[in-house]
Amino acid sequence: MTKNVLFKSLLFAASFIVLLICGGIVYALVSGSWEAFSQFGVFQFIFSSDWDPTIGNEHYGALSFIVGTLFTSFLALALCIPFSLPVSLFIGEYFKGKKIANFIGSVIDLLAGIPSIVYGLWGFYTFRGLMVDLHLSSEGFGILTSSVVLAIMIIPYATSLSAEFFKMVPNDLKEGAFSLGATQYDVIRKVSFPMTSSGVFASYILALGRALGETMAVTMLIGNTNLLPTSLTDTGNTMASIIANQFGEADGLKLSSLIAIGLLLFVITAIINLIGRFIMKKFAPTK
Amino acid sequence: MKMKKSNVLLIFAAAAMLISCSGKKSSNTEKIQGAGATFPLPYYTMAFKTYQDSTKTEVTYGGIGSGGGIRSLKDKVVDFAASDAFLSDEEMRSMPAVIHIPTCMGAVVLAYNLKGVSDLKLTGEIIADIYLGKITNWNDQRISSINPGVKLPNLKIVPAYRSDGSGTTFVFSDYLTKVSKDWASKVGAGKSLKWPTGIAAKGNPGVAGIISQTSGSIGYVGSEYAFAQNIAYAQLQNPAGKFIKPTLASISAAADAELPADTRTMITNSSNSKAYPISCFTWLILYKDQDYSNRSESQAKATMQLIDWMLSPAAQSLTTKVNYAPLPASVIENAKKQLSSINFGGKALHK
Repeated sequence: MTKNVLFKSLLFAASFIVLLICGGIVYALVSGSWEAFSQFGVFQFIFSSDWDPTIGNEHYGALSFIVGTLFTSFLALALCIPFSLPVSLFIGEYFKGKKIANFIGSVIDLLAGIPSIVYGLWGFYTFRGLMVDLHLSSEGFGILTSSVVLAIMIIPYATSLSAEFFKMVPNDLKEGAFSLGATQYDVIRKVSFPMTSSGVFASYILALGRALGETMAVTMLIGNTNLLPTSLTDTGNTMASIIANQFGEADGLKLSSLIAIGLLLFVITAIINLIGRFIMKKFAPTK
Repeated sequence: MKMKKSNVLLIFAAAAMLISCSGKKSSNTEKIQGAGATFPLPYYTMAFKTYQDSTKTEVTYGGIGSGGGIRSLKDKVVDFAASDAFLSDEEMRSMPAVIHIPTCMGAVVLAYNLKGVSDLKLTGEIIADIYLGKITNWNDQRISSINPGVKLPNLKIVPAYRSDGSGTTFVFSDYLTKVSKDWASKVGAGKSLKWPTGIAAKGNPGVAGIISQTSGSIGYVGSEYAFAQNIAYAQLQNPAGKFIKPTLASISAAADAELPADTRTMITNSSNSKAYPISCFTWLILYKDQDYSNRSESQAKATMQLIDWMLSPAAQSLTTKVNYAPLPASVIENAKKQLSSINFGGKALHK
């Protein structure tokens, strides 16, 4: 009896502590950004693309970074799906259970293990030159380069999770379809996808969440210009990158503005996750 | 419930590890920590290592940018900060009293990446207009007219600048405000600026990296970064009209002027005809009253000894090894006077 109570209370205590930590983080973010929001007004801060650290004329606005973050993350997701979907089908459907599927799965997981700063280094010294040679970018820095490297970084997250969902499709359903004369393509379209769509979608939301918060690789490739990016070849900056660049020396109003940007990143990630959940619920397979 | 022997051993091992981690390392030597500018980082790396080898006092220095160094000093997590930008009067009002000790002189060079162009002359106004986005191509008439005989390509100019709060930016922008009215009114001087155009990177090494990797780029870096990575840099025109390369002589010539006793001054655009226009001092900043945050007197003494050593001939002679210039004798004298005003809770600190 007591073992049960002890176990239960340990679980509750752990959950409570996690909730407390989460609440503490939110509280710290909100209280830290108070100065910036009261100085500039919440809406003004969010929709202003002016980032002026000139002493005596300081004005900070988060719009360039919000646009930069959303632009690079969604573009990265768009670039990742054409690779992650086929690979997850390969692993979870066509070669399910076979050695080659395991091998490819492990290689993809290796991609996930590469530290972000190493991606940044590789991007800076190798990939950037490639972008210039392919005439996709004039100096190699910018939204497009960082989005491509981001896409490579998030492929493992999207792939391994959606592959798991494809693997979970019961064999007898598929065999039933095959026996009725369906091709593999039909089976994927009519049986696997409807079953796994919400799970696959969830994996893309996970990948997107990873892309939203990515700092080091992006900051080395995006050009760090605090201006609103208007095209793919433009340089820009993201919320995580500006914080990484300027946090060490920021003080007073600037520090508060950076914390406010951190809070906004937190809120945006949460909103995207909520929207994702909502869409998944709507399109979940009806039992 | 009887615990298995292996479990007990495991718990003991974990506890032992935890206990050993938390204890303070007992040592007789003090550990001195500094942080700040990346501009003098090559010099400090060499100097601090020399000091460490000879006195066995561990000195760690983090090149996080002048802004970062000042912030660390404000947060009282370092013994000294390093900055190429001295604190403004307003900044000094927001902190307890500090002293600035200059350690060496250096040059901010305009490094560029142009294949086949080994000699380039630039004027301050041209540089300002490049960074303002007014001159966008290397074959612009203004650049080619002062570089006769040099084949300048039809290539877009990519100006590089610092994304973090930088003393090097402070020195560079101070120079630009002196040579370009447009720059002074549109952008001004400071550690962090609203740059109209270009791309940015963190730290002197970051800007040097952009320049060495991007064809057509130009950027401002500490001279040692250009030398070490074999990046070409431009000759600049000084107020006397001469085009000067940054050398030991031309950097030292910039200090040939009336300098204030607390050594807080900019020596850019010196009127001396032999001087390199973007020369600067770089400082170590520390609190005058070393009795703060539970500092021990021995820690304060050790810090003071290190800074005093930095002003000694042994340290100053190391500057030329990294292509920086030693301090002129009058500045060393001023600096030593400043250093002697350090106290520990009002009590004078002696070496």
